[in-house]
Amino acid sequence: MSSSHAHAPGLAHHFDSYEQQRQSASLGMWLFVAQEIMFFGGLFTAYLIYRLMNPVVFAVASSELEIKWGALNTGVLILSSLTMALAVRMAQLGKRKAIVGFLCLTLLLGLTFVGVKAIEYTNKWHHHLVPGEHFSFHLSPTEIGALQSHGIDVSDPAQAYYVQSRAEMFFSLYFAMTGLHALHMLIGIGLILYILRPAWKGRFNLDNHNFVEGFGLYWHFVDIVWIFLFPLLYLLGRHLPHA
Amino acid sequence: MELFKHLPLFPESASTVAGKVDAIYFFGIFLSAFFSLLIAVLVVAFAVKFRRRHPDAYGVPEKTSTPLELTWSIIPLLISLFLFGWGVKVFIEVNQAPSNAIEYTAVGKQWMWKFKHPEGNREINDLHVPMGTPIRMKMTSEDVIHSFFIPAFRIKRDVLPGRYSEVWFEATKPGVYHLFCAEFCGAEHSRMIGSVHVMEPAAYEAWLQGKEPGQTAVASGEELFKSLACITCHRGDAGSRGPILANLDGGEVELANGQVVKSDDAYLRESILNPRAKIVKGYEPLMPSYQGQVTEEQILSLIRYLKEINQKVADAGDATPAAETQTAANEG
Amino acid sequence: MSEATSTGYPEENYLTQGSTLKSWLLTTDHKRIGVLYLLTISVFFLLGGLFAAGIRLELATPQGDLVQPETYNRMFTMHGILMIFFFLIPSIPATLGNFLIPLQIGAKDVAFPRLNLASWYIFVIGGCFTLWALVSGGVDTGWTFYTPFSTLFSNSHVLPAALGVFITGFSSILTGLNFIVTIHRMRAPGLTWFKLPLFIWSHYATSLIQVLGTPVVAITIVLVAFERVFHLGIFDPSVGGDPVLFQHLFWFYSHPAVYIMILPGMGVISEVVATFSRKRIFGYKFMAFAVLAIAVLGFFVWGHHMFVSTQSVYAGTVFSVLTMLVAIPSAVKVFNWTATMYNGAVSWDTPMLYAIGFIGLFTIGGLTGVMLGTMGIDIHVHDTYFVVAHFHYVMVGGAIMAFLAGIHYWWPKIAGKTYPVFWSKLAALIVFIGFNLTFFPQFLLGYMGMPRRYHAYPEEFQVLNVLSSAGATVLGVGYLLPVIYLTYSFFFGARCAQNPWGAVGLEWETTSPPPTLNFDEIPTVTGEVYDYSPKKEAQVV
Repeated sequence: MSSSHAHAPGLAHHFDSYEQQRQSASLGMWLFVAQEIMFFGGLFTAYLIYRLMNPVVFAVASSELEIKWGALNTGVLILSSLTMALAVRMAQLGKRKAIVGFLCLTLLLGLTFVGVKAIEYTNKWHHHLVPGEHFSFHLSPTEIGALQSHGIDVSDPAQAYYVQSRAEMFFSLYFAMTGLHALHMLIGIGLILYILRPAWKGRFNLDNHNFVEGFGLYWHFVDIVWIFLFPLLYLLGRHLPHA
Repeated sequence: MELFKHLPLFPESASTVAGKVDAIYFFGIFLSAFFSLLIAVLVVAFAVKFRRRHPDAYGVPEKTSTPLELTWSIIPLLISLFLFGWGVKVFIEVNQAPSNAIEYTAVGKQWMWKFKHPEGNREINDLHVPMGTPIRMKMTSEDVIHSFFIPAFRIKRDVLPGRYSEVWFEATKPGVYHLFCAEFCGAEHSRMIGSVHVMEPAAYEAWLQGKEPGQTAVASGEELFKSLACITCHRGDAGSRGPILANLDGGEVELANGQVVKSDDAYLRESILNPRAKIVKGYEPLMPSYQGQVTEEQILSLIRYLKEINQKVADAGDATPAAETQTAANEG
Repeated sequence: MSEATSTGYPEENYLTQGSTLKSWLLTTDHKRIGVLYLLTISVFFLLGGLFAAGIRLELATPQGDLVQPETYNRMFTMHGILMIFFFLIPSIPATLGNFLIPLQIGAKDVAFPRLNLASWYIFVIGGCFTLWALVSGGVDTGWTFYTPFSTLFSNSHVLPAALGVFITGFSSILTGLNFIVTIHRMRAPGLTWFKLPLFIWSHYATSLIQVLGTPVVAITIVLVAFERVFHLGIFDPSVGGDPVLFQHLFWFYSHPAVYIMILPGMGVISEVVATFSRKRIFGYKFMAFAVLAIAVLGFFVWGHHMFVSTQSVYAGTVFSVLTMLVAIPSAVKVFNWTATMYNGAVSWDTPMLYAIGFIGLFTIGGLTGVMLGTMGIDIHVHDTYFVVAHFHYVMVGGAIMAFLAGIHYWWPKIAGKTYPVFWSKLAALIVFIGFNLTFFPQFLLGYMGMPRRYHAYPEEFQVLNVLSSAGATVLGVGYLLPVIYLTYSFFFGARCAQNPWGAVGLEWETTSPPPTLNFDEIPTVTGEVYDYSPKKEAQVV
């Protein structure tokens, strides 16, 4: 397609200036983040409603989550946000090797997160905490005590069913929310691999770093979702079985 | 309105609330017709009067008139707020059963309506009711969401699985009226149709007499209460293992954790299906669940009976110390 | 329509830039993508129309004797899914919006041309999943997918249909995103916000709903699918789930979705009324703010679908009063269109006939909407044919009339050809008559108490149902006519002038059809919007 801007590398034919192109990309990315917030918002709404309806069982069920892995992953993601922000900065400065370096660090941290998540999921599978036919929520004596102190007696079949079904609901929501988040992480990892090549070839500079910047926004958004998921799923009401 | 009666344009009005719904409906129709005709006449008149008479003709440009814009914003606003207020008033009237309403029960399932009269008669898809008596229909579903709709009475309420909803009516005219399921519920949705037979009170009595009376809800509740051996624990005396069943029709119950809850249908249902969810103060959590052992209809009968029990204990005047404690707690 | 003049037809335009299938399937030109959408949604419209025909045929007799109830339920479900998700939602934005937004703001393309093409492919993939559901036996949940019927009880192909709707949702989100950025960032020099045509304003408001509303229904549908496949139980009452929560999440999108369907139509009507009255839109700023107000308020009224669902009276009251507020900007629009015609130079060209039809039918649809928002009336007419009639007055009498008005108005711009004047006016008349004959009796049926989604019905409803079915036949003819003569016109029609209507607006300052990059030189805007005056005419000619 012929264009008067054919000589401007990285400037699409329908834009008049790099500035216009950059602002368009940035606004587009913010709008994308807005729709992502609404997408996760539906799940968060469902989670909060059911949490308020079954506070005790949700608290007990949440104590099954492995807080060490969760905390580690929180740290990993926060660190990865830093390396991502530095990669964007290096792209603006056009420092080719530094971009690639920070992108690789981000990639490594992202992979770490997914790996830890995989360990957690595997443990859930072994503990029969994956919703479905094999789901079975085993209660420790302290958990039974905690439930008892809130008037829930699991020696009664109806109460036991209540605890099982609501715990399964908790894990349904846990897998839906963290699964959707992990899917976003995997997409992010794929995108890093995709931009490594142009980064290595020195395609990004002050005029042309939209892709890195837009991707950085995406990465930060996915981090922030986790910053909400971690306390909501792992921390809230965690003291209950230990009180 | 006489005019409409012989045309297939208007439904029968056969309940005390039908006139109220009709009145606001006619007001809405009047508004819609007035504004639609106003706009239609203006648009057509302008299209004719200001038609382009010359290919190069132009309209006369006009400045926006803020007063005009405000006028045609505020007038519709006031009218629609009036309609809103009236609508809320009618909605509340249609939904609030009078205190003397007699309770019938309905269970919806794919694809039938099962009714039970307070006298104990059971019916499927046919419902006989006396004229001039307010009737409260307590409803639940065994499967999907249904909706209880009697056009002649202008009432409609969704019927949900796992919870109770209520609708009431007082029929004003003998006759046979449609009962529809209004919420799509599967293959035979359009066959989930029943008939409501409104009868003169005397005719209704005769109809009841002519039928095998069946058990009243209270009686079958009482029988279940015995056959399920509830009575072995809920003996109603001081040494009873289960709580004294008193004051359960809307009264307050103090729980072991200090919370005070209202004894309503949802509470009683939960106490049968999941008894240890709420433990009455001063009692041990001993009662097993009856989940799966009783049908939705039996639960409705039990609840009906539990609300009655209260009166019997009170009438007999054998208030035990435990019961007194509880009454005191309720008052406090 | 005036005859072709010597000043007109460009030998080089977007249609002549390659005629191979590849040149169409890999295009990033917003105009070609608009045409691709036009073809795709026409197919879905015809399919959805076939199901409507089946429904009306069945309802001509009360016994339910034409097809099995299971078949009937699948017919109205497919009719709803196809018409709403695959025709009405993309109808005006994805075709006319795609084609015209860059032209009207003086841009070479939308902000993200490749994303635009991707949106179309996503749309087609979503459509394929829905067709998969269709050919493998259909879905019987209604387009609303209410739980627990859709999750636990339906034996039909809910999964592919849900996937189809889910995927298509992203096409809608990305189109909306593209438009918002385009309108913000790609306007020609001098084209400030209050010089934008109302078509742009209405697409801006629509896009906001697409971006912020659609994701919610997407995640809700995922939960329904998970519940069906993995028995997660989020909406299953037997394990503590709440089926009414599904209704809240569903309507949080699906009510605003109604405005996705009607707001672009309002934009088209504003353009048509101004052009064919040769007059600036009366109350321009009020019109612009009215669409924004409708879009914003539209997010807070979803509960009016649930007055009898056991939702609390307090919640119902709040939703009812907010619903009333939506009536105000809608009324403002209708009054301003009417006022624009006053003292105008009104031509009776085909687009204007559709626009006049729109104003009348939308007014009826809007006012009956106010009645439905009134709790005391809704308690009786909820889930009856009154509701069916109401939303068809808005969706068919409103959105489709506007779509047809727009297609006829911009046909010279899209195809560079004229269409037969007589046949197009006849079609407009037939559509108007057929529409009213089909749907007006349904208001009466609704108040008589005929519930919607009924395969068989009591005999006293037959007279009105036969009227409605007869009307549907007329309406069908009315819709087929434009399909035939526009197709003919596209290939064999006479070439038209660059600006056959004497319209103002940047889209008319380039050739018809436009070149691939829209303008030989990007225009600079100095004048007002809708600047209709004889002086202007002198400049154009």
